[in-house]
Order: sequence, then C-alpha cells, then structure tokens
Amino acid sequence: MSDDRIGVRKTYKLAIGGAFPRSESGRTYVVRAADGGFLANAARASRKDVRDAVVAARKAQVGWAAATAYNRGQVVYRIAEMLEDRRAQFVEAVEAGEGVDARAAGALVDAAVDRLVWYAGWADKVAQVAGSSNPVAGPYFNFSLPEPTGVVGIAAPQESSLLGLVSVVAPAIVTGNATVVVASELRPLPGVTLAEVLATSDLPGGVVNLLTGSLVEVGPVLAAHRDVDALDLCGVPAELVTELEQLAAGSVKRVLRPPAAALDWRERPTPHRMLAFVETKTVWHPVGV
Amino acid sequence: MLGSAWLALVSGASVAVHRRDVPPAGMVLPPAPVTRIGVMGMVTETQLEAKPRGTAPWAGSAGTLVVAGRDGAALADIAASEASLRRFLMGLPGVDQVGAEARTAMLATRSIKAASKLAALELVVRMIDLTTLEGADTPGKIRSLCAKARHPDLGDAGVPPVAAVCVYPDLVGTAKAALSGSPVAVAAVATAFPSGRAALDVKLADVRQAVSAGADEIDMVIDRGAFLSGRYQLVLDEVRAVKEACGGAHLKVILETGELVTYDNVKRASWLAMLGGADFIKTSTGKVAPAATLPVALVMLEAVRDFDTATGRQVGVKVAGGIRSAKDALRYLVVVRETAGEAWLAPDRFRFGASSLLNDVLMQRTKQLTGAYVRADDFSQD
Repeated sequence: MSDDRIGVRKTYKLAIGGAFPRSESGRTYVVRAADGGFLANAARASRKDVRDAVVAARKAQVGWAAATAYNRGQVVYRIAEMLEDRRAQFVEAVEAGEGVDARAAGALVDAAVDRLVWYAGWADKVAQVAGSSNPVAGPYFNFSLPEPTGVVGIAAPQESSLLGLVSVVAPAIVTGNATVVVASELRPLPGVTLAEVLATSDLPGGVVNLLTGSLVEVGPVLAAHRDVDALDLCGVPAELVTELEQLAAGSVKRVLRPPAAALDWRERPTPHRMLAFVETKTVWHPVGV
Repeated sequence: MLGSAWLALVSGASVAVHRRDVPPAGMVLPPAPVTRIGVMGMVTETQLEAKPRGTAPWAGSAGTLVVAGRDGAALADIAASEASLRRFLMGLPGVDQVGAEARTAMLATRSIKAASKLAALELVVRMIDLTTLEGADTPGKIRSLCAKARHPDLGDAGVPPVAAVCVYPDLVGTAKAALSGSPVAVAAVATAFPSGRAALDVKLADVRQAVSAGADEIDMVIDRGAFLSGRYQLVLDEVRAVKEACGGAHLKVILETGELVTYDNVKRASWLAMLGGADFIKTSTGKVAPAATLPVALVMLEAVRDFDTATGRQVGVKVAGGIRSAKDALRYLVVVRETAGEAWLAPDRFRFGASSLLNDVLMQRTKQLTGAYVRADDFSQD
C-alpha cells in the first residue's frame, strides 16, 4: 500500500431500532479529536429522529421487559464479551476522542467491560434487594417487586465518552427498560461504535437507540415527549437542566438530576442508577389452605 | 413521467394525465373543442370538457340514467343486454398502469404542514367510517366504539364526530341506539360480507334486516367470482336488486380491488357499480390483502369523475383497509383533490373505512396543537 493512499473519512450514523439510519434531516457535523484534528463526521439528529427512536424504544420495551431477568443478564454479559472482542478499536477511539494516552484509554475500556459484567450480574438479583415480602394482617402473601419504568431518555455524560455512556445505559436496560440515548456531543464516536457492538450481541433492536447531535436541539423534544417515561439528565449542562425538568413535568416523568459534582466514572458503582428507573408493584395473593 | 410532462406542455396544465380517458366508449358527448394530446410520442385527438356541469342536457334527473349519445342511445341502453354491457365495459379505455402508479407516487410527495395539516386532519376525522368487523364484536364493544365516534378525543371537544360507524348487520340496532341524537350514521356490511358467496335472496334478506334495524348506509360486496368470469349482467342485476332493497339507505358497493387483479378490472367494476345505482364505490372489505392503494383510488376517482361528466350524477368513493396512519390519509386527500376535484373533499363524497386510523389522526392533531409528541396510551383503543 502506498503512503499517498487517500484516507477513508467515515460518516457515523444513528442507531434506531436495531438499524443504522442517517438523520432524517440529512445533516452531519464534524467530530474533532482532543487535539483539534479531524476524526470523522457524525449524524446530527433532528426532532423526527427523536420521534422515531421513541417509537422504536416503545416497541422493543414490552418484549425486553418480558424476557426473564436471567436472560437479560446473559444478554448484558454478551455485550461485555463483544466489547472485549473489539477492545483495540475502542482504545483507539477513546484515546483520540478524550486525549488520554493509550494506557489510560485501555484502562477506561477495561472498566467499561467490567461495568457491563457488574450490571449483568445484577439482572436477577435486583428484585431480591429492591423487592420484599411484606407482613400483612390477614391470610395473604404481600409482595413488592421492582418493574421497569418503560422508555428512558438518557443524556450521556459529555466527558467520559465510553465508560460514562456504559455506566448510564447498562443500569437502565438491565432492569428491562428501553432507552433513547443522546451521546456526548463532542465525543460521540465510541458511543456509535458501541451501538454496533449492541447490534451484534443479542440485545433486541430498539432497546438502546443512540442519537448524536446537539443536546440543546434534541433534549427539549425528548423531555417533552409524552411517550418517554423517565429522563436521566446526567450529561445535561447546568443551564439546560431546569428547562428540561419543566418540560418533563408536563407528562410527569421520573427525572434523575445530573450529579452535583463531576463524577469519576472509574469509581465502583452502586445500585442507585438501576433503582432510579424501576417502579415498585405490590401484589396481594391469598395464602390458600 | 416524460410523457405526462410533455402532455402538460402540449395541452395546458389543467389537463390531467388521465383526462384522455374521457369519454368512455359507448357514450358520445356533445361537440367540444378538439385538443391534441401527446402521450409517449403518439398524438391522439380527444374531446374534452364538453359542457359546464349540472346544465348538461344529457344528464339524467332524479337518478335516472339517460344519456343522449350521437346515435340517440341512452346510457340505460348499455345495460339492455349482456352483450351491450360487455361491449361497453370492454370498450372503456385502458388504464395506464405505469402512469397511474407514477402519478400517485408523485402526488404522495406533497407536503402538507401547519394550518393546512390541521384542517386536513379534521376533515379526515369527519370522513372516517369507524369500523369494527370482527367475529368477536360484542354489544359492549359497539357501544364504546359509538361513544368514540361521537366524541373521538375525550380531551378535546373541538374534534368533530366521525361520519359513520360500520358494523355487521346484527349489531345495527345496538349502534343505532348508542348513536341516537348524534349526526353519526350507522353503516352495515351486508350481502354475505366479506365473500359475497350466498344466494341472492339470502343477500337481500341480509340487507333488508340491516335497513329495518335502522342502518343509514349499506356496504355490499359484488360477486367477484361472477365479475372475473365475465358475467357482468349478473353483477349489475345484483347491485340493482340490493339498491332497491336499500330503500332510503345509501348504498356503497365494495369492489374488493385486491381480488380484481388489474386496474382495468377496477375501472370496469367501478362503472358497473355506478350503472347499478351505487351511491359510493368502495375499494375493499379489509379482509383481503392488498386492500386500498393510492393507484386504485386514483382509478376509481377517475371513474367517478367521468361518470359525473357523462351523467351529472356524483358518486362517492370510500377507501378501506390498510390505511393506518394520518400521513397515508393525507395522501389520499391529495389524490382526491387532484383527480375528482375539491367537491369530493367532503364526507358525503369521500370516506375512509378504518379503525386504527382515527387514533393516529388524533395523535397527529394533538402533536400539531401542543408541539409535543404524544403517547398512544393516552387515546382510547375502541
């Protein structure tokens, strides 16, 4: 191969319903490396892409929630396997996008794989921690069980393009939610590549829909969308949070506010994020004879 | 499309591509200016726009079909014998399949936005025959459907009621009672719907039962077996007999275009139904795929338009089956507007037979008004 070969400039696409469409608007934007050099083009999602993504998520959510917890755990573990397979590609992407050295990027990718394995283990255990058998004054069993909230809109962290993204998406899907994720605006590429991993890892199409583009543009549409049940504002800049919370209030969504201080995503997680997007259902059942 | 573009250049933009279908063979219009129309490199001569509508001397009055032709033959004479009927139907100009599909594909790209979209969506609501034709229909389901027909959107009293509720004949009484005092009509499918495979007196008894139970509109099916085997007279006689049994009820004749195979057949069946006295011609039962398509609607709307030109009688068109989204419905409205004209953009001239379409229209309307995308669960299912 000669040295003057022309480089292939990739244009990344969106991930909606298990497919990889361009933005309905046809727009793209340039993604730059941490050092300012050209990396690739990414699709710039419009409000209609948000609409399509929510339709796909709604369609996928029922079946995903109906899968057994054990099965969901296996699928999330499978994502970890597939991510591990493509480790080199992700290390390169994180290195270029986040401006860290290869060693640090490798640690971030490893942490992302471990994070998936950690949440995969939680799939069939979360009901034991968050659920309960309640003592009642009568001949009844009384159980409380966590059930998925439904469709969750997620603004992924802006800085941590892979580990941060995995750390907010995995806890939402492992309990049976479907998600519409807006990737980091300036560092969207590891996210789109992750969507390619998801498409080949048994995860039903539509459980994770990934949009790239301007959060200022698509955030309000997602927040106001009546068919979105919950909102994770993790990656939303402070000046936009109040507006999105007000829009979300129109349809009484659950809202997880962004952390007060910047998080170090390498820290050991807690079940907090999983439990933010479950609803407790309590059932009474006659004891019988 | 090259041909039609050239056509527009030669004969003026007001002449639609399928206007060359006028006049159908067997009836001759009064002298008119001869226009040269070029299609695909061939030049033919056709008479267009004979006379202003409504004042045409050949137009029949009070529903009688009398058309004075060049040789004095009346339109009624077309059906005088099996042979003359066949000659007339087989003599209808052929439908340009590629042209019809290309034209509807082109019309489907029209964009309707903002205030126009809102007005069109409300028109669609007023044109809907809210339909349930399931073996599992219960009186309770019919009553809840009727409640939805009267007030389609519980959250917004500004939404007009639909045109009609369409049910099986045995449930007409239930629907009629549930709709009393409202402008919503009750339509019943009769004549051994959906196959139409029963003896004529059974079909007529079906119709009479529905009418006596209070049906305002009857949706009959033609005998496709008879039509496809060329027994046109049989089909015509059946439509006439059902029309008579309907009394004051409006008659919609279902062609079941999915079983007619060609657009030429759709056109022939349309004329046959109209000659038999149909008040509406309807695409499909909804039980056969493919159901309504845009090109089929185009062919039927052209037949209706030509029938109006020839006889002065306006027949409506109902599209049914497979129309689920507001976007599809708006495309039909564009085809109606561009084919039969603005006069057909009214519930007494054009209908949608649908069940799930209504909710999508309501969702689009709410989105248009509030700016936020909506949730399907916020709208009642029946």
